[in-house]
Amino acid sequence: MDSRTSDRDVRTPLRSTAENGLKIVIVGGFGVGKTTMVRSVSEIRPLSTEETMTRAGVGIDDAAGVQDKTTTTVAFDFGRISLNDEMVLYLFGAPGQERFWFLWDQLFAGTLGAVVLVDTRRLADSWYAIDRLEHHGTPFIVARNDFGGPQHTLEQVRDALDLSPEVPLVDCDARSRDSSKAVLIALVEHLHALSSARETTP
Amino acid sequence: MSPRLDDEDPDRLYTVTGGRSRVDAGAVDLVTLIVSESEPSTGMQSEHVRILTLCRRPTAVVEISADLGMPVSVVKILLCDLLDTGAVTARHPSVTRVSSSPGVHPSLPDPELLKQVLVGLQNL
Ligand SMILES: Nc1nc2c(ncn2[C@@H]2O[C@H](COP(=O)(O)OP(=O)(O)OP(=O)(O)O)[C@@H](O)[C@H]2O)c(=O)[nH]1
Ligand SMILES: [Mg+2]
Repeated sequence: MDSRTSDRDVRTPLRSTAENGLKIVIVGGFGVGKTTMVRSVSEIRPLSTEETMTRAGVGIDDAAGVQDKTTTTVAFDFGRISLNDEMVLYLFGAPGQERFWFLWDQLFAGTLGAVVLVDTRRLADSWYAIDRLEHHGTPFIVARNDFGGPQHTLEQVRDALDLSPEVPLVDCDARSRDSSKAVLIALVEHLHALSSARETTP
Repeated sequence: MSPRLDDEDPDRLYTVTGGRSRVDAGAVDLVTLIVSESEPSTGMQSEHVRILTLCRRPTAVVEISADLGMPVSVVKILLCDLLDTGAVTARHPSVTRVSSSPGVHPSLPDPELLKQVLVGLQNL
């Protein structure tokens, strides 16, 4: 492999045959390890960018021609994995706070699925994200990023998150490439199971 | 020919996009891959030159955004001109979905595509 420095200066370009970009979103509360997970599995150093969106606020007053608009800027980071000659998977790390979701709904439309990263010391941070994904019908799994601290069983975590039994819940260490890779595989296996079931259902 | 840009402009993003603020956002996705079809020419605005140089190999919209240090929506507007003139082409994401049934996820990628993703991940 290239050395760290050259890796950082010149990003490996995609193959010229690359034609199909796919998305997976890693969502979670502040400092839960989103960027760390992207970095662990990405073939490029995570890049960051931002998007600005304006939406009409509540109380639009058409008669007066006055619109109450709010502009939100959201920063997110991403990495990528070339899956084969044609397919490239982009991984997005997205903060899960409530105020960002109208952006995610647009930016991440068409995503294959999502990983909700949770820290057991701050489980409440992920309630909103889980709710939103369920509501939106985006398939997801939950990954507990192990920061040490008090031990909880996965069952306890599932209860605390009020997670339905069919949503996979796995343990991970976002700093480990193998562990992060296993999380992505668990998600795609879950998606595959859901999708296969759908296909065989009349 | 595009007017020369002034880097000192107080509202740079307004300038680079020629004041336009809307774009057919549905057409270009974050992960649409952009490919240059021609070399930069003299008189092109600097952002267009950078995009054409970057996209000699396929490059996702979001990567262009990160490299240019500009919001995704601005990059999409910049790309519109280049797409219109055929200076770049777009390879749009293609995810076949299985039909939805009531009460479950509205749509899911088809199993064959997911299988390919799985194999790609396992080979990492
Ligand atoms: N012990 C431990 N530390 C971790 C793990 N994953 C991440 N960290 C550390 O936690 C800190 C936050 O990780 P980030 O990856 O920056 O988290 P983030 O979710 O991207 O944070 P924001 O983007 O700021 O919301 C870093 O110092 C990481 O090194 C883990 O699995 N175990
Ligand atoms: Mg981060």
